[in-house]
Amino acid sequence: MMRRACIVFAFALVLCWPFLVSAESASQSGGELHFCLRGEPKTFNPLLVEEDASETVRYLTGGVLIRLNRQTQALEPGLAVSWKVSEEGRKISFRLRSGLHFSDGTPFTSEDVAYTMKALMDPQLHSPTGDSFRSDEGQVIVQTPSTDAVVVIFPAPVAGLERLFDQVAILSAHSPKKEMAVLGPFYVADYAPGSHILLRRNTNYWKKDKEGKPLPYLDSIRLDIQRNRDVELLRFRRGEIHLINVLDAEYFDRLQKETPAATHDAGPGLDSEFLWFNQVPTAPVAETKRAWFRSTEFRKAVSMAINRADLSRIVFGGHAQPAFGPVSPANHFWFNSSLSVPQYDSAAALRLLTQAGFRHEGGTLSDSSGNRVEFTVITNSGNKSREQMVTMIQQDLSQIGIKVNLVTLDFPSLIERITRTYDYEACLLGLVNTDLDPNSQMNVWLSSAENHQWNPKQSKPATVWEAELDRLMLSQASTISDKKRKADWDRVQQIVAEQQPFIYLVNKHAMSAISPAVVGSSPSVLDPHAFWNVEILCLGSDPSMGAKK
Amino acid sequence: MNPLQKVAAIILCMILVLIVLATILVPTPYARQFRDVPNAGPSIAHPLGTDALGRDFLSRLLYGTRVSLLLAPAAALLSTVIAASLGSAAGFLGGWFESIVLAATDLSLALPWLFLLLTVRAMLPLDVPPMASVIIAFLIMGLLGWQASVRVICATARGVRDSDFLLLARSSGCKPARLLLRHVAPNLRPLFYAQFWISIPLFILTEANLSILGLGVMEPMPSWGNLLRGFEDFPALAAAPWRLVPLILLVTVVMCFQLVLPSQEVTQ
Repeated sequence: MMRRACIVFAFALVLCWPFLVSAESASQSGGELHFCLRGEPKTFNPLLVEEDASETVRYLTGGVLIRLNRQTQALEPGLAVSWKVSEEGRKISFRLRSGLHFSDGTPFTSEDVAYTMKALMDPQLHSPTGDSFRSDEGQVIVQTPSTDAVVVIFPAPVAGLERLFDQVAILSAHSPKKEMAVLGPFYVADYAPGSHILLRRNTNYWKKDKEGKPLPYLDSIRLDIQRNRDVELLRFRRGEIHLINVLDAEYFDRLQKETPAATHDAGPGLDSEFLWFNQVPTAPVAETKRAWFRSTEFRKAVSMAINRADLSRIVFGGHAQPAFGPVSPANHFWFNSSLSVPQYDSAAALRLLTQAGFRHEGGTLSDSSGNRVEFTVITNSGNKSREQMVTMIQQDLSQIGIKVNLVTLDFPSLIERITRTYDYEACLLGLVNTDLDPNSQMNVWLSSAENHQWNPKQSKPATVWEAELDRLMLSQASTISDKKRKADWDRVQQIVAEQQPFIYLVNKHAMSAISPAVVGSSPSVLDPHAFWNVEILCLGSDPSMGAKK
Repeated sequence: MNPLQKVAAIILCMILVLIVLATILVPTPYARQFRDVPNAGPSIAHPLGTDALGRDFLSRLLYGTRVSLLLAPAAALLSTVIAASLGSAAGFLGGWFESIVLAATDLSLALPWLFLLLTVRAMLPLDVPPMASVIIAFLIMGLLGWQASVRVICATARGVRDSDFLLLARSSGCKPARLLLRHVAPNLRPLFYAQFWISIPLFILTEANLSILGLGVMEPMPSWGNLLRGFEDFPALAAAPWRLVPLILLVTVVMCFQLVLPSQEVTQ
């Protein structure tokens, strides 16, 4: 009887063996994560990245010397065990991890770092990442005293130097696969243009979890190329994809009604929406209007008369916070918390305008020459939230007698007007900010910069305060003392609050959707919000949402 | 007029009365935002609720209907006049003039109209008040919407050109201009009417499409097009079925116009 039972058990074991094996491997496996890229990656070369899709691939595949923790906003060791900045920010020395290999098995040494730095700074390559390191004319010197030590010397101090290495994915100097050999958690295994990119786990990845298990947990990631956000949302609802990295307030609310557990609002993000007036001297704008736009009192009054709380509550469904300056409160270190928060006050705005010579009679505001105050705001067509913001601003400003017209233009036409012809009066747009450091805003605040939108490419500063902005921005960029840089940047924020060249309206919240099937997610306000900790993500057993494991 | 046509005409007349009396029927300004009650359901104060910015939906619907229903016929008239002039002249004169007109028609039919409208809109001055932008939008549609009608009118005019009564008129010494105005055009009049009526719903729908793309009537002025933009959020629509009223009205008006339109046998 016992023998017979043993035979039956053995037979049953043989029958069930494939299932037991697969169950065991499944419990060790992290599964395949699915999500969408909102465009085709233009390059897999990490040094040439300049758009979101390529940036996502770089983040998931690239190994960096220093990694910015998206949640704590602190720098953490990556391929470098330690680093030291010296010579007033001109020199940085790295001690590298030893015994690491690229995804194709090529050993990682200091030669690879030197190769990457030389390629990065090669003027022929025109690397957008390399531009951040260019402090002055002259060669960048890279020394490799040993296989695990690298010294990089720049011709002039580079502010926030170590933070910039978060963007520099190290290339292999010797691998025949060139940039496809990576040191990050995943490597590109398959790319079908217009369809998808398949990333597989890099078994040579150096990082391990607390228990010593190799990371990442996920076996692979499938990035489907999908430009249409409605389709992306639909696919998430159907469980075909596991996450949506960036979600608009409207989509967020729709999804939250159905699956509250899948929606995540990480609070105010770095992105801002703002309005500015055209102050370009050569712009085809009536002289009377240009005089209003150049008046600090006029800009401040407009700012005071806009009810930002209503914009946040109604347009963004509460998923935004009133904004008053160029730095979001989400940027813990660089935000100037000593600035007073201006209140919505149309009566005070009217008083300010009256002091500046404007007259408010019969519900209409006129300037000292009797011209009715009226201007047109342009924004990009198809962006519902921006159109709604302008519509609300129309009503807010009508209370102080200002008539606002709205014109929506397709994006290329809008860009043409604000960057080339300057044929517009006011514009409402947003700024997507991915970097915490003030250096990333040099191209906005320097009067000679192209993105100094209210009056770009000035040969010399048009106003005293713009001259001070120039001095402060250059000053903070040429020192490595965070304290000194913070003081300069705080003053910049104060000047912007006083002069209102950009009338900041709201900081949108960083919102994402993550299927409950994804284990280990912890959305952050910094990009990539939903998968910044991709190494420790894995797929659980919740079948209610998310693609099947 | 058959009974169905009569019903359609009555409905159109009722809608016309409603939009004319909009100011009396709904005293709330269409642009006023009641920010404490955005996306509200129907109530005494707001019989059709409010939109996302707290604006009275009924008021916006009536004013939007006024804009769409007054300007679409104007655009249709403009395009029909252009089509009638070019089509009848081309069909009557024939030869190289007909070839040029038809080639130009084919060429303009082949143009990507959406991109052309985007370009034209981008080239227009920005400092125009909302009402002017509305008129410009319909003017552009009227000026650019004549091609299909030209082909039909030209083909019919060609048939009239070879008719006996025209041969008689020509042999009795009638000048070409007189032939065209006194003999050809009156014979094509039913066709002109038909083209005009057909164009009205077409322009209403074009404006609706352009507004959905953010290129039609500008905020805060309402139109059917920008009222229909609320349909992007379909799940919300299911929870607030009264939001379907603009769509129902649009479909009703387009159907009524089609019904009121004389049948092909009659027009020919």
